[in-house]
Amino acid sequence: MNRGWLLAGWLLATGVQAEGGKLLATGGASSLEGAAGGGITPWAVIGGYGESGQPGATAFATRLWTGDYRLDAAGLAVAYDNRVELSYARQRLDMPTLRRRLNLAEDSLSQDIVGAKVRLAGDLIYDRLPQLAVGVQYKHQRDFGIPAAVGARRDSDVEGYLGASRLLLGGAFGYNLLLNAGLRYSRANEMGLLGFGGDRNDSRQWLKEGSAAVFVNPRWAVGMEYRQKPRNLSSTRESDWVDSFVGYFPNKRLSLVLAYAWLGEIATLDDQQGLYLSLQGSY
Amino acid sequence: MPVRPLVLVAVLLMLGCTPQPPAGDRLYQELGGQPGITRIVEGMLLNVARDGRIRHHFARVDIARLRELLIQKFCADAGGPCRYAGASMAESHRGLNLQPADFNALVEDLQQAMQREGIPERTQNALLARLAPQRGQVIRQ
Repeated sequence: MNRGWLLAGWLLATGVQAEGGKLLATGGASSLEGAAGGGITPWAVIGGYGESGQPGATAFATRLWTGDYRLDAAGLAVAYDNRVELSYARQRLDMPTLRRRLNLAEDSLSQDIVGAKVRLAGDLIYDRLPQLAVGVQYKHQRDFGIPAAVGARRDSDVEGYLGASRLLLGGAFGYNLLLNAGLRYSRANEMGLLGFGGDRNDSRQWLKEGSAAVFVNPRWAVGMEYRQKPRNLSSTRESDWVDSFVGYFPNKRLSLVLAYAWLGEIATLDDQQGLYLSLQGSY
Repeated sequence: MPVRPLVLVAVLLMLGCTPQPPAGDRLYQELGGQPGITRIVEGMLLNVARDGRIRHHFARVDIARLRELLIQKFCADAGGPCRYAGASMAESHRGLNLQPADFNALVEDLQQAMQREGIPERTQNALLARLAPQRGQVIRQ
């Protein structure tokens, strides 16, 4: 009993000084594709709380509802040296409305995403250069019947991205400002859930991504994200994505992101928008 | 009456020697001036003493002297009427081979001390913004 209290006291005492070499929130949340970042775009940060010479890790679960669709994503990432990040995510898109309307045999689309990201140069906060990273993602669509029917050309593909991230201390009227910009070289339809390439366009193209967030304090951030999307299929007009989010980082073990996402047209259903909720455990 | 001119000279000397706070001393004022910065530095050093990640780096340091130098440094960096008289950041950290994680730990100990002092978020950020560019002279020396 006494030992239990001692242990509890020790845990609380060490909890005051958070372990982990990175500052709170600077490992980011987990994006839908598993890489450290915001929600719909990756950041140039390396996931978890390991600084140079230290390991880091994250695990996440995310749900996004629009009424017509429900997207669930879950995965994990490991990192080392604040240099390299390896991630895995599984996504599953449920589509009750389409299934009812079109009498589909399948009612969901899933894909696996394996990613790697390397910090090339710079630092999120301190160096002259912002943090610069390059990443690759291998995606495999697991239910290719519907994507093939709407004109997708392949069920798996590799895509790459470049990112830059900077936290400007006091950059937003005295509050800390996080800026992210990225370029993705991809031909994924709806991130890959609708396969890769299409009848309208079958080659990868450079797509712009970006986000900005203001830290009201070290624990709370509010911001917006943007992700350009390709239009490879003639049967459905894919839309760019935007979301607005609140991130909560109570400590270095847990983070929570609540967002509202505007996803436009997805697989012929227009005006898709809804809540996004993501939970991350980190080390 | 030789006393009066002496007093006058003394008063003038004191006035002359009291450095006028530079125009950009807003941050210094927001941190609570000399008493505020003193409490912040002392709070930070207490946090460091409890911080298992970095306290070993301070085992053989003269804490009283470090306290004085840090007060001078924060005061000067905040635009206050002080001159930092210690060794350069690179010199004073030579041979320690501090890592980015050590630097961040100290930042957290400082943040916590400022938080406890009730320093507003934006003021905290302003001080951190003045210290952050010096990380290159602190780590990996």
